[in-house]
Amino acid sequence: MAEDKSPQTAESGILLSVNDVSKAFGEHVIFEGLSLEIREHETLAVLGKSGTGKSVLLKLLIGLLTPDKGTILYRGKSMTDMGEKELTKVRKNIGFLFQGAALFDSMTIGQNLETFLLKHEVLSPKERQDKIARALDVVGLPDVIDRLPSELSGGMRKRAGLARSIVVEPELILYDEPTTGLDPITALSIAELINSLQFKLGIASVVVTHDLPTAFAVSDRAVVLNESKKIYDGKIEEMEKSGDPFLVKYLQASIMDKGRKSAYIQELKKLPVSEAI
Amino acid sequence: MLPTEEAKPHHHLLGHSEEIKPHKKEHAFHKLVTVFGGLAVFSWRFVKSSIIPPYEIKETFRQAYQVGIRSLPLVSVVSVVIGAVLTMQSTPTMTKFGAGAYVPIMVAVSVMRELAPVLVSVIVGGRVGAGIAAELGSMRASEQIDAMEVAAIDPFRLLVVTRIVACIICLPLLTVYADTLAMIGAFVVNKIESGMSGQLFINTVTDSVTFPDYLPGILKTAFFGYIIGLVGCFMGFNSKGGTEGVGKSATDAVVTCSLLIILSDAVFVKLTILFWG
Repeated sequence: MAEDKSPQTAESGILLSVNDVSKAFGEHVIFEGLSLEIREHETLAVLGKSGTGKSVLLKLLIGLLTPDKGTILYRGKSMTDMGEKELTKVRKNIGFLFQGAALFDSMTIGQNLETFLLKHEVLSPKERQDKIARALDVVGLPDVIDRLPSELSGGMRKRAGLARSIVVEPELILYDEPTTGLDPITALSIAELINSLQFKLGIASVVVTHDLPTAFAVSDRAVVLNESKKIYDGKIEEMEKSGDPFLVKYLQASIMDKGRKSAYIQELKKLPVSEAI
Repeated sequence: MLPTEEAKPHHHLLGHSEEIKPHKKEHAFHKLVTVFGGLAVFSWRFVKSSIIPPYEIKETFRQAYQVGIRSLPLVSVVSVVIGAVLTMQSTPTMTKFGAGAYVPIMVAVSVMRELAPVLVSVIVGGRVGAGIAAELGSMRASEQIDAMEVAAIDPFRLLVVTRIVACIICLPLLTVYADTLAMIGAFVVNKIESGMSGQLFINTVTDSVTFPDYLPGILKTAFFGYIIGLVGCFMGFNSKGGTEGVGKSATDAVVTCSLLIILSDAVFVKLTILFWG
């Protein structure tokens, strides 16, 4: 996609930029005037309560949804103005790990990966098989090529979904709740995988998650959404310093070390039931 | 308490129910317009996508197997029983009027003109329409349809066009099969009850059944097949609300398919009589 790089964006290394985007479903406003940037090789965590439109943001970033207002630029080019062919080229460079992996359940894992390759690259069958084997190797699933998604565990399905995303060698991967529903050890292995993809292959990532330890483990930067607005955009370690009341509460509720947990429970006990809920 | 005051709550309730009724009617009307408007748009999209290449031939054959071959056991049982039961029911009455020899003709005309086409369509509509709606609905809920778009696969072409074409091809073939089996059922009962020979049965039927008796019946099932595929795909493709939505889509598909088949059959019968008598 080197031909798509405008001098300005190539210089600044911005892959995607969201400019003053608004999105609503009927009367339910998801975002109003949202702006953010995703840079090359960085991992950005998108945090916020359920229903704040984090997954909607990912679908906007890959062009599955279109904004009501504002623009989303991929390397300086507006995605809303792109035709189907151009959007397909962009999508080759953006991988997407869906919340439930979204593997095609009538196909084997190998066929799932091959479907993506067939549509995005012209390769010989031998080259295709090599790429599929390599992608499955990267995610630590070298022996599942002939298995159906229903024969895999939740964690394995997530890994297989990730293999399907990286098989076309994207420069950015969007992760929708990559560790939700997984045990802490499997969640940690997924986080390690996200890190290794960034370190080894230089792939940038946007990780939408509720799992704060995962967000801290993988990301350089965090964006926090609340009530249709972005309330924080900065280094993930400095979130606590922001002083935003929602963010403080969010962090307190999420990071439950022993001392904080008991202090938080004590605080909850003081509140009337309706307020505590 | 004054009578007027006593009447207040009653008036309030009456007023409330009067307020709700038009709202409910409006909601139902809105839903009806949305469904039929959506079906019309879906239909137009199908026509365009089925004419313009590329064609998903392999997937269409796979769907034809699902719709046609997998429906054979159910259609077989129903057809034989219909032919047999119709013969059992009509023989005593026809014999009473001295028309026992005409039972095979009466059964053949009833089965070929009306019973086989409509029953096969309603039965297959229930099995296939619900199946398609549930399958596509769960693909929507598990984000597999979104994953297809990310992979640059046109989900409409792959999932919808193939299924509707398969239904259009299979329904007439299943009807010919059902006509044949129903006549075998009729023959067996006739043989047992009247001792009619196979040769006489075949001669009686083939001498009397004419082109307008079987061809319109077979042709109209192509349209019924179109309805089954269209409604099943529409309900599944537009399924909302996760797994609960999948169940609702399947139910809506069966109800809408059955209704549209019966209603359009009335129009076809009128047209058949008008053109062929």
